[in-house]
Amino acid sequence: MRLDSAFGGDVSGWLPGPPNLVAMLFLTAVGAITGLTFILATALVLANKRLYVYEDPRIDVVEEMLPHANCGACGFVGCRPFAEALTRGEALPGKCTVSSGEERAVIASFLGVDVGAEEKLVARLACAGGTNVARNHARYHGEQTCRAAAKVAGGGKGCFWGCLGLGDCDVACDFDAIHMNAHKLPIVDEALCTACGDCVEVCPKDLFSLHKESHRLWVACSSQEAGDEILEDCEVACTGCARCEMDAPKGLISMKLSLPVVDYSRPHKTKTPIERCPTGAIVWIDPKAGPLKGPAAKKIIRKGTLRDAPT
Amino acid sequence: MRPMRLLGLKTFRHGVHPPESKDETSGLPIRQFPFAPLLIVPLVQHMGAPSIPVVEEGQEVQRGQRIARPDGFMSVSMHAPASGLVRRVALAPSISGRMVPAVYLEPFPGSTQEIEDGTPCPLEATPEEIIAAIQDAGVVGLGGAAFPTHVKLKIPEGKFVDTLIINGVECEPFLTTDHRVMLEESRDIFTGIRYLLKVTGAENVIIAVEANKADAAEHLRETFPSDLNGSVEVLQVKYPQGAEKMLFSALLGREVPSRGLPLDIHALCCNVATTAQVGQLLPRGRGIQERVITVTGPAVKRKGNYRIPIGTPLRFLLEHVGVADDVNRVFLGGPMMGAAAPSLEISITKGTSGVTAFTDTAAERTHSPVYPCIRCGYCVDACPIFLDPALLGKLAATEQFSTMTDEHHLMDCFECGSCSFVCPSHIPLVQRFRAAKAAVRKSKAGAA
Repeated sequence: MRLDSAFGGDVSGWLPGPPNLVAMLFLTAVGAITGLTFILATALVLANKRLYVYEDPRIDVVEEMLPHANCGACGFVGCRPFAEALTRGEALPGKCTVSSGEERAVIASFLGVDVGAEEKLVARLACAGGTNVARNHARYHGEQTCRAAAKVAGGGKGCFWGCLGLGDCDVACDFDAIHMNAHKLPIVDEALCTACGDCVEVCPKDLFSLHKESHRLWVACSSQEAGDEILEDCEVACTGCARCEMDAPKGLISMKLSLPVVDYSRPHKTKTPIERCPTGAIVWIDPKAGPLKGPAAKKIIRKGTLRDAPT
Repeated sequence: MRPMRLLGLKTFRHGVHPPESKDETSGLPIRQFPFAPLLIVPLVQHMGAPSIPVVEEGQEVQRGQRIARPDGFMSVSMHAPASGLVRRVALAPSISGRMVPAVYLEPFPGSTQEIEDGTPCPLEATPEEIIAAIQDAGVVGLGGAAFPTHVKLKIPEGKFVDTLIINGVECEPFLTTDHRVMLEESRDIFTGIRYLLKVTGAENVIIAVEANKADAAEHLRETFPSDLNGSVEVLQVKYPQGAEKMLFSALLGREVPSRGLPLDIHALCCNVATTAQVGQLLPRGRGIQERVITVTGPAVKRKGNYRIPIGTPLRFLLEHVGVADDVNRVFLGGPMMGAAAPSLEISITKGTSGVTAFTDTAAERTHSPVYPCIRCGYCVDACPIFLDPALLGKLAATEQFSTMTDEHHLMDCFECGSCSFVCPSHIPLVQRFRAAKAAVRKSKAGAA
């Protein structure tokens, strides 16, 4: 084939040499590129053979089945590492607290493993001092977050250990499981809580902790002050009277830093410890009705806000 | 870096000029304050481990007697501020808002309140003995941070100190305690300097005084012992001139490296009141029972510089000096770096350099709304350690704590509050940084 016919006319005028030489140059270029392509392609083929990493194809499938919340409640960094652990058989689908029972069952049947009877964990707040029962000693102005307030003399609340009520946990919760109630106390929706631990980390007073759903006996106070003086700051505080310790089956409750500590490794499905509590600091968390106080607890009927302490 | 000079006076770069408000108390001599009916002596008055009480409930103690012993090296002794009866050893509220262990002491009403002397520590003692004596005397940094002085003075192997700086700058508005101490206790200061020079091995001492305390600088120059190698330097009036990092750059032209210590640049800084306490207590074998505190502010009726027993409850103090009816907020320390008191039940500690009380109108500024950042850069020009508070503030608002620490040196911030002071949008910058630093420390402690 002649070059000038390929371009539809005589092009020899603007070519840098006789047509045969131009054809040589053209072929050399095409040949060089083709050769290079083969060399690089061979290198890629070899690299693919030598550096190949086998990845279980089920990992992608399982990851698709997981909720993509990346909350970390399962104990892994995110959903992908959890999916890898699942396919390796190092974890069971029950660890994922975000997906529903059916979703977990689907994963389990796909992998041919047990669902794993992992009990659901929920976040529990060790304070009940809302604005209707707990006083402030000082008014706090400034950045409206608990963490900033806690740096200014502990936040102005009468009880140092108590909830500041500015709702850092509400903001931190990705699952909409925490809401501030009318008394500026966070309420955890157990159905939505995935026990990811964000509220535990964010609370400057360390009031949240993760507990099994079946832990119904709960001390809703963190005050380490012994004696009735704390009642001036909060009407539902634990005074450290130790009646619950006496009433409970032996060894279930022990007093530490004037607070009752429940040993959940023992049988704890008993309401007796809350019966004589004078303030209602130890409660029975009913799945439907919420926290129940014992009959001896002082009734709180106040709906509004308690006045600030006199200065 | 050469020290900066303005009108012949040394200073550092950046900084702010808050109203000094010192005139009302700077001319008032130190007066002794009466004993409260009940003194509450917290056992955590310093940075470090709480002291361990060595007295029991119902025990009688004499003024100056040791009532708590240090728990390890990072802790100090505590002494009875008055002769009296230990009512109880229980929790008490503190300025941090935390409940801390405390000794409730009821002074005997008719007692002559003689101070019990211990074993003196002469100047001839070895450096180790002096350091032990300083720990035993319960001396902490009286400028406000309450860092145990003996820990600072313990020079590790391989390090040395060539210059000792005695900090009499007192850049915090309203406070005049160091000013009065320099005027009235210069002899103790020079005795203290001799002890400190012996312990640190420094050859040179510089007493730094801000230009608004010219009478104190003049007095110290006149009384400066001829056998001491050193000088009195007058610095320009600027906040935070009294921060030790600012002093080093103003006086020596040396900069403490990021996250480093003054020892890295062979300098050591000690507050002038702390030095006076060392000079006063060690030759008599005593411990700290009282300290000079400026009680001032628009809401205080009888302003002044008082020598107040440690453990005096704030309520008793304010009732004694008298406060206006519309008193709104009370700070321990000054308005820039002081801490807002959460209740009047807290008591005076060794770290309390002043008590300032404000009325509603005086405290107005803090009620103004927060506006968005307008990128004026005032805070950047104010920050004495050359951070970018505007950027850090934005990062703090979105909780990007790791970026703040890793790329923008958040942990170097010493919370002087200059950025918040100049911000025309009233953004609580320093408060955001404090919260961010707390969050970073918490996550670090959790990871460890």
